[in-house]
Amino acid sequence: MHDSDLRLDGNAAGGLLNEIFPFEMTTAEATCGGCGTTRPIGELMLYRHGMGTILRCYVCDTMLIRITHIHGFYRLDFSGMNCLRIAAELH
Amino acid sequence: MAQQLKWQLGTVVEIREETPKAKSLILDLPEWTTHLAGQHVDVRLTAEDGYQAQRSYSIASPPEDKYLMLTVDRIEDGEVSPYLTDGLRAGDQLELRGPIGGYFVWDARNKQYDGSPLFLAAGGSGIAPLMAMLRHRANSGATVPTRLLYSSRSYEEIIYREELDRLSANDSSLRVIHTLTRRRPADWTGYGRRIDMAMLADTAWSPAEKPLAFTCGPTALVEAVADNLLELGYEPGRIRTERFGPTGG
Repeated sequence: MHDSDLRLDGNAAGGLLNEIFPFEMTTAEATCGGCGTTRPIGELMLYRHGMGTILRCYVCDTMLIRITHIHGFYRLDFSGMNCLRIAAELH
Repeated sequence: MAQQLKWQLGTVVEIREETPKAKSLILDLPEWTTHLAGQHVDVRLTAEDGYQAQRSYSIASPPEDKYLMLTVDRIEDGEVSPYLTDGLRAGDQLELRGPIGGYFVWDARNKQYDGSPLFLAAGGSGIAPLMAMLRHRANSGATVPTRLLYSSRSYEEIIYREELDRLSANDSSLRVIHTLTRRRPADWTGYGRRIDMAMLADTAWSPAEKPLAFTCGPTALVEAVADNLLELGYEPGRIRTERFGPTGG
């Protein structure tokens, strides 16, 4: 089995993201720091590892979001992302 | 969904055998708020020693139904699906949270989609969220032209086969096209291979009609459909994907 077979959509992180953010995050749009593409989080590529959940850009594979949940803390690494755009009407 | 989702307990009302491998769980959820066709739930199983396993399952029932339906394909070495398909009985309880996701959804009342024909492509139990859309479409009397291309391993493994036949027989704006990838009945005249460019060129709407596409199933199938639709001229933002991973459920 290839790593690419294990790839899911950002959709699948909806439940986890909702543990942290009090609104629907899969329709929020992320701008990739690598190539500048802007897509909804639901459309990013998701990988689940023992180390946590990783969301990558569909176009250039840059890691946009990494979420780990260790010792009672969520740790979010957004360093690969330039911008996150969330519709105000959802709140 | 302007609030945090809570884990809630559902009661199994009925278990329906859809195919030799797939079963539908009909669940009663007292705390359920209404969902949109295409959304999913997270299911959590807890062992006696506290070990937890969690999986996402698409909702197959339309928002109009009283009970929630999840259709689960049995994965032989799976951690969760064998329990759901073989370990559960009517009356048992199941822990889940949802509805989740606002991206892979279709709502007949959303004017944004007016006039956009729907192209749905499914592999195996990836039919579940697309079935929620077809059921919702039928319930709301929507006549948006719709085509479903559905890939199954064999005739016996076509999930919701009779309901799909019935829906398309009663609705001239809905067409269902099957392809069988492994075994075919002797008198089968339909497609008999994996979904490819030629099949999509034959069955999908022309990009000029501004179609909206949803595809769900094993990752390889979903990516083949999305890549080929892009090549045929579909707009990237109008192809919605839901990958199930390597196994299709």
